[in-house]
Amino acid sequence: MYFSKKVLEQSPALKKKWEDEVKKTVARRSDQKERWSTVSDLEIKRIYGPEDIKDMDFERDVGYPGQFPYLRGNQVTGYRGQSWTFRMFAGMGSAKDTNERWHMLLKQGQTGLSTAFDFPTLMGYDTGDPHARGECGKCGVAIDTLEDFLQLVDKIPLDKITTSMTINPPASILWAMYCAAADIQGVPLTKIGGTIQNDMLKEFIAQKTFMCPPGPSVKLVSDTVEFGTKYVPKWNTISISGYHIREAGSTAVQELAFTLRDGIEYVDDVIKRKGLDVDSFAPRLSFFFNSHIDFFEEICKMRAARRIWSTVMRDRFKAKDPRSWWMRFHTQTAGCSLTAQQPYNNVVRTAVEALAAVLGGTQSLHTNSLDEVWCLPTEHAVEIALRTQQIIAEETGTANTIDPLAGSYFVESLTNEMEEKAWEYIEKIDAMGGMVAAIERGFPQMEISDAAYKYQRQLDAGEKVMVGVNKYATEEADEIPVLDIDDRVENEQMERLEAVRRKRDSKAVKRSLDDIKNACKKGENVMPHCIEAVKNLASLQEICDVYREVYGEYRDPAMY
Amino acid sequence: MGERKLRIMVAKPGLDGHDRGARVLARCFRDAGFEVIYTGCHQTPEQIAASAIQEDVDVVGLSCLSGAHRYLFPRVVELLKEQKAEDITVIGGGVIPDQDFQMLYDAGIKEIFTPGASLDSIVEWINTHIKLS
Amino acid sequence: MTKTDKIRKGDVRTATRLIRNIENNIPEARSTIRTLFPFTGKARVIGLTGPPGAGKSTLIDSLIALYRDRDKKVGALLVDPTSPFTGGAILGDRIRLQRHAEDPDVFVRSLATRGALGGLSKAAGDAVHVMDAMGKDVILVETVGTGQQEVEIMNHVHTVIVVIVPGMGDSIQAIKAGILEVADVFVINKAEREGADKLYQELMAMLNMVDSFPGGWRPPVIRVGNLFDKEIFEKNIAELSNSIDAHYRNLVENDLLGDRVRRKVTAELNEALQFSILAPILEKLIAEGEFDTLVDKLLKKETDPYTCAEEVAKKYLRKQPLKGVAG
Repeated sequence: MYFSKKVLEQSPALKKKWEDEVKKTVARRSDQKERWSTVSDLEIKRIYGPEDIKDMDFERDVGYPGQFPYLRGNQVTGYRGQSWTFRMFAGMGSAKDTNERWHMLLKQGQTGLSTAFDFPTLMGYDTGDPHARGECGKCGVAIDTLEDFLQLVDKIPLDKITTSMTINPPASILWAMYCAAADIQGVPLTKIGGTIQNDMLKEFIAQKTFMCPPGPSVKLVSDTVEFGTKYVPKWNTISISGYHIREAGSTAVQELAFTLRDGIEYVDDVIKRKGLDVDSFAPRLSFFFNSHIDFFEEICKMRAARRIWSTVMRDRFKAKDPRSWWMRFHTQTAGCSLTAQQPYNNVVRTAVEALAAVLGGTQSLHTNSLDEVWCLPTEHAVEIALRTQQIIAEETGTANTIDPLAGSYFVESLTNEMEEKAWEYIEKIDAMGGMVAAIERGFPQMEISDAAYKYQRQLDAGEKVMVGVNKYATEEADEIPVLDIDDRVENEQMERLEAVRRKRDSKAVKRSLDDIKNACKKGENVMPHCIEAVKNLASLQEICDVYREVYGEYRDPAMY
Repeated sequence: MGERKLRIMVAKPGLDGHDRGARVLARCFRDAGFEVIYTGCHQTPEQIAASAIQEDVDVVGLSCLSGAHRYLFPRVVELLKEQKAEDITVIGGGVIPDQDFQMLYDAGIKEIFTPGASLDSIVEWINTHIKLS
Repeated sequence: MTKTDKIRKGDVRTATRLIRNIENNIPEARSTIRTLFPFTGKARVIGLTGPPGAGKSTLIDSLIALYRDRDKKVGALLVDPTSPFTGGAILGDRIRLQRHAEDPDVFVRSLATRGALGGLSKAAGDAVHVMDAMGKDVILVETVGTGQQEVEIMNHVHTVIVVIVPGMGDSIQAIKAGILEVADVFVINKAEREGADKLYQELMAMLNMVDSFPGGWRPPVIRVGNLFDKEIFEKNIAELSNSIDAHYRNLVENDLLGDRVRRKVTAELNEALQFSILAPILEKLIAEGEFDTLVDKLLKKETDPYTCAEEVAKKYLRKQPLKGVAG
């Protein structure tokens, strides 16, 4: 029991008295609206009290940081021991442009790097392919071969700086480039650290950056997990991501449930396919959440996530190492909460969202820049966003104490409620035969589509508010400077690729591509062959074409 | 009998897969009584133009969030023109900065809807500007 | 050049607009169809029907690829339901066929059911004529096999493929309810899934209970595996196309093609009669409020449906010029 007998005896009478007062007051002056709900449309009560959390068991459900079920955080010292990592996502134009932006961010106090790739790279096409026209360098950096990659990490000490790479279908290839670059810098694989996103399931569910069908896609993910476990022990090989699920319009509960169910699917596959012991790789799994505008809902989501994952790992997978029970996660504030109108308001939104992520106990944080609705952020906008994190960390006192909202009737109750609803989804997907099966049926896709459409309708009806968009809108537009990626980047990049093609040993390229093909056909791990191929200057698309040939190409199913 | 229905294609050119807006719009257009042909993500301008012609749509709605609209949108219009289908109205939406508007209008994009445009305003624009054939 | 000439030359814009005018019941479209009629009857028409999510579009996509390899010109007609609440429709089957979008010898057209009285089947039948006149060698017609209307469309084809998948519970029921009689080939799609064997056995048991099949053609049951298991899938698709060909040969050899065509023409006549006679009367009755009056009378038991029908027939069928009312 969470409360003393005395509190639980006193509370009902006091609550009744308060409720009577509410009734009288509402009769005189009714509430501004009848129904109050989170941005995800989860209904919220006027007040929460001891009754709402009376069934909680302190040891079982709450406890202290560093203790099962890790509701209050993994680290016993909280942010006092180590602040969260300030990790700003950056990438645009050519490898050289991005490298310059990275050096600027490091100079300003950023502690980790994070790479955005352009769409052709993300989808496994080289610059110049017909699919890639007009896209080069637009949404991130263009990488075709190891030569580009070496320029990207030029003068970045790979043994000291950790790097996160947002890359999915060709994750094995970009990671192979990173490993090859470390080798060339003389840094052993055991010393490099970082993250590849490498979460294909959420691509089928939400972001639609896909290449091969779900089955082989998960196989490639498991290859990287196995390679990392054996040879690159400090690397996080999957960043199981809810961010994109949320951006696609899901509710907070859906983000929580689908992300964790994706995690279960990966763990299952690695155990079954690779025969690895769960504790040998689970500690390197990391997660990535969205921090949306509904303050408490986000905090509760993150707290619930830690509790669910620790339970899953201990009870479902029988993991014994406490580090396997930890859910470590990166957070990004919600791009979809930002508005094109009155863009300076975005600074405030991002600050509130960042604060929620910190109160939810994130290990790493990206804060969006005010201009991200329009374009890749300008340097000035990135600086404000980074400063926002620094203000929260070093001025507000938020980091002084661990999980400061624990014990709040509301926060604990909402945490419990979201956890329960997430379990319902997880069990439903289990019953369908797992996430790959659920995706084939279009289940998560349709759930998200429904939620997105409902929210848009609520916005249009004024039931939900976006300041500056459907309320307090102004006529004159705020002018903000936007970053323009020159269309010339594409031509220059094509020339670079041509130059590499001319100088490389084409027999060696062919041989290493054949090796990858054989590995794919035999179900062997592709990673060592990928490293060999990129060193021989095989291009990203050449390797992806092998994957496409052997595994087939996934096409967007008809679900809307 | 003999009711005429507006046919509209919702298409995502280019490699970006952020189809939240496209999917929401497809549903919205259905609820507005239109017949919506949805092509899914990752379409080339060539696929979109050919499909629009085969499906005899009145409007093509393009959605792009990757910044590649300056190439992709005009290319769709150009291909329709080449195939003598310039009567098909092309509109666009997504992450499109103000400074690109004129260039897109000049290229033959009839209207551009940016984030924050209400669904009703888009439906209203179509109902006002498209004469049913 | 007349519209007919243009369509015969394969002009997509003219053809697709004609299909729209048929859907919209533009009277002029009917006369164009009349002039096209002599140039139809050459294409092989194959129908696919089955519950939503059975994977029909994926099969069509593969069949298109297979026929294109044989250098056949292909038309595909995809029918999706209209929302009864809003009158709109999302026609999304095309998504799976987009790799053929730029192939000039493939013409894909989506059609919404619109819920009109018998109109859908007529529009679909006419659309098949249009594609036929365009010179398509093979025409694939896809419907969601749930309602009477969708089943009626299958009257317009030579070979009906009924697609079912394991794990959808009511598949067999749906077949019993009416599709069985029209099925020439069964496909158990996604046959790698649990329950596929059971479904196969159930289907076999059901076919075993039939005493005799016309022309001795017992519908084969083809199992099609996971699309992404490329080798097996392609083998299965080849098997399916062989069955389609075998069925057509059977029609020819047993002189059943005539029966099939007769079935088609009967359906067309039926629909034309409904469209030209019943539909305009109903429309008039509804527009003038007489329909509701009759319903009220029926509710009060002042009359019965047969008397109503006779009265309506007396009132309308004697008057001469019905033609054109529907326009």
